[in-house]
Formats: sequence, structure tokens, C-alpha cells
Amino acid sequence: MTEKKIRVLVAKPGLDGHDRGAKVIARALRDAGMEVIYTGLRQTPEMIAEAALQEDVDVVGLSVLSGAHMALAPRVMELLHANGQSHVKVFLGGIIPDEDLGSLKAMGVTGVYGPGANTEDIIRDIKLAVAG
Amino acid sequence: MTTPQAVLNGERLALARMLTKVENNSEEGRLALMELFPHTGRAHLIGVTGAPGTGKSSLVNQLALHYRKQQNKRVAIVAVDPSSPFTGGAVLGDRVRMRDLSGDPNVFIRSMASRGSLGGLAQSTANVVQVFDAAGFDVVIVETVGAGQSEVDIARLAHTTLVVEAPGLGDDIQAIKAGILEIADILVVNKADRPGVENTEKALKTMLELAHPAERVFKHHGTYMGVAAPKSNLNKAVWIPSIQRTISTEGTGIAELVDAIAKHTAYLRSSGGWALRERTRLEVELEALLREGLMNKFRESTTAEAFEQALEAVIQRKVSPWEAANDLLKGSTA
Ligand SMILES: Nc1nc2c(ncn2[C@@H]2O[C@H](COP(=O)(O)OP(=O)(O)O)[C@@H](O)[C@H]2O)c(=O)[nH]1
Ligand SMILES: [Mg+2]
Repeated sequence: MTEKKIRVLVAKPGLDGHDRGAKVIARALRDAGMEVIYTGLRQTPEMIAEAALQEDVDVVGLSVLSGAHMALAPRVMELLHANGQSHVKVFLGGIIPDEDLGSLKAMGVTGVYGPGANTEDIIRDIKLAVAG
Repeated sequence: MTTPQAVLNGERLALARMLTKVENNSEEGRLALMELFPHTGRAHLIGVTGAPGTGKSSLVNQLALHYRKQQNKRVAIVAVDPSSPFTGGAVLGDRVRMRDLSGDPNVFIRSMASRGSLGGLAQSTANVVQVFDAAGFDVVIVETVGAGQSEVDIARLAHTTLVVEAPGLGDDIQAIKAGILEIADILVVNKADRPGVENTEKALKTMLELAHPAERVFKHHGTYMGVAAPKSNLNKAVWIPSIQRTISTEGTGIAELVDAIAKHTAYLRSSGGWALRERTRLEVELEALLREGLMNKFRESTTAEAFEQALEAVIQRKVSPWEAANDLLKGSTA
């Protein structure tokens, strides 16, 4: 059989209203050969964890522009753990102040990317995280 | 643990992982399918196909809501989208239209990429559907983009196939291929709130009149290995697809569509069509597995050099492909 496909859930939690960035990432990951499940705007952490479970993904990518990342990210992680999906790697994109990076990493977020991040880097990091 | 028993017990994580294994056609997945198979055959399989943007995902969302709220049925959804032929990746976006279903433990949605291979898609879809069936889902809805042979193959899986159209998608009914009408048990004109519904409906009616009685795809040859399929009395009552109008963004026409699906089910049951479809589906699956197994057996008992030599002889026109194949087959049974 072919190599196992990397499956990624791209979700946009929170109430801010546009998902352009999330869509750009989704397409970049597709072009890197991944299967991206796109769930759309205004996802609650519960909806994200449920979709991650049903889709048996390897990676969850959260796009958060509202500044609510310190509430949303840990909640998603907590639900993933509760569902038995501790192996799922969580990546975060958005406007994240430097002083939050430490605590995000400490709670187990695998990668954090600002608006200017290079998609090549994100793709490489995802592949490494899933393989490792 | 991802055991067949865990799937039968209704453990959702086990179900999700099992779906991955059978989708990848892994050894473990195959072994599990053997154990799950005796528990299959109870679900009603509904295919939903049509051009991109006609509103299939929105329709599936409404159908699932209806089955949940009005009939308390457990609903599984398999949403298939194409993989990129260049990178093998895919963006699977059907869940965006199905957010009403989230939070309901009796609904399970799985997105699937077509992964390029036609026959392979039909097989992995069949595998995934079998797992849902064994896991006790009463209704399994499979959404695919209407694009050709793979839809016909997937329609063979379904008991009831809905073909979805919408007004304003190109020159009336250009989007409808003759082959797609052939697989339709029910025609849905979605986006009935849009101008042009009458035209779309009229065009569909005309095509239906021209096409009927169409040779149905599920009337498979049925004579493999010289065994004739049992005579059915399908011809006594020919099924003519009905045309249903829906507005999936509002839920309009869904109850009527569900009635039409129930009528089709009743027709299949009374005409012997249900059994015939089951038979056809399993026959196709059995044949595909045989073909694959025989091919593997052949590969095991034939060296690559022997194959290369035979191929070379054919290229040089020393022997015909038929002779070469015969010789290889003779050699391999040693
Ligand atoms: N006006 C109108 N729009 C609809 C209807 N059903 C779906 N849509 C919209 O059509 C677009 C495509 O819908 P989607 O369900 O994703 O179509 P699919 O590609 O066939 O699965 C979305 O923007 C939907 O909101 C309908 O009945 N009326
Ligand atoms: Mg769709």
C-alpha cells in the first residue's frame, strides 16, 4: 500500500469572522500531500475535539485571531486527552504574543506560528512531529 | 484498543481508528472486516451524488437531522471529495455544512479523499460502509461528487441513490450525464428557492421520459461462472424515479424526500430488488477480491524475469499478448 496519509483538521475557533488564513494553510497542506479536513468558522472546542475524533486525525491546526488562544488551546487539548487522543499534535496559528509562547509549549502545543510564518516551515514541522 | 469487538460495543475512538485501517486496506483492517462481516446487512445505504455546489452536503445535513429527530435512527455519513491528482493531498470541506449535527453521539461523520484510484475508491468506501453497518448505524449516507465511473460503482453499494441537481448551474441540464440518470432512484432539485427551478425540473422530466425504462446498473450480469442470477419480478413494477424539490438551507421538502426514500425502500423490498442489490454488491466485491487474490498468487509464483521476457517477446511481435498470458499462467501453476 501507499504510505500512510497525514490527516489534519484545520479549525477556526472563536468568534472572529474571517477564515482566509485558515484556508490558505489548508490549501498549502493539501499541496504538500496531506488530507485536510476543513471545518469552517466559529467552532467550539467541543466541536473541534469531536471532529478530530471522528476523522482520526494526526494533527489539529487552530487558527485563532481573537486573542482567545490562552483559553481555547488548553480546552481543546484537554478534550483531546479526554477522548483518548493524546497522540494528536496541536499547532496554533494567529497573533500570539511572545510572552504566551512558553506556557503554550508547556501545555503541549507543538508549534506556534504568527501571521508572517512560512508555510514551508509549518509543513516541515508537521511532518517531523507526526513521524517523531 | 482498536478491536472489532470494541467497534461492535460502540466505542467511538475504536470506530474512528478502524475506519482508518479499512480505508488504508491494511492487513489488520482486512482481518477485522472478516470479523465484522456477520454483523453487517442491516443498515440502509443511501448514496447522494451530483455536481459540486448543488448542495449535497447541505442536503445530507438535513436528511441526517430528519432521521435523528423524527425517527431516532443512528446516522453515519461518509463524505468523499477528490484528491489532487498532482500532490495526492485533499481539502475535505463537507463538514462545514454539517455543523447542526455536532454534539449528537448518534451521528458519526467521516470525510474521505478519493485517493486517485477508481476501483480502489469503491472498495475502500465499501469497507468503510461495512464498518458503520456493523457498528449498528441504521442509516449510512455516502456523499460523492458526480463525475463518472466511480459514482456508478459507489451507487452499486447503495440501496437508494439520490442524484442532486440545482437550477442555474450552466445550460439547464448540461451538468447531468446520461449515466448519472441511470443510477438515480430519486432526483432532487435542490435550491428550489432559486430562479429556474421549473426549467431544471422540466429538463429532468424530459430526460427521464427519454431514458425509461432504462437498463439499471444494478442488473449486473449475474452469470459469473455459469451461474444464473435468480429471476426477479423487477419488471412487473418498474421504478420510475420521482423528482423532489428541496431547499436544503431551510429544510424545505426534506420530509417529502424522506417519504420518497421510504417508498423506494418499500418498492425494493416488495419487488425483490433489495435482495438483488445485496447480491450484486456482494458479487462485485467477491469478484474484485478474487481478481486481486489471483493476481497476487500469480505474482508469487512467477518471477519478474519471466514476466519481462514474455513482455519483451510481445513487444517484438514474436508472440501475441494472448499467447504470452497463457504461457505465463501455465508456467505459474507449476
Ligand atoms: N439558495 C440555496 N443555497 C443552497 C441550498 N443548498 C445549499 N446551498 C448553498 O450552496 C452552497 C454549496 O452547498 P454544499 O452543500 O456545500 O454543496 P455540495 O458541494 O454539493 O456539497 C453553499 O453555499 C450552500 O449554503 C439551497 O437549497 N438554496
Ligand atoms: Mg459537499
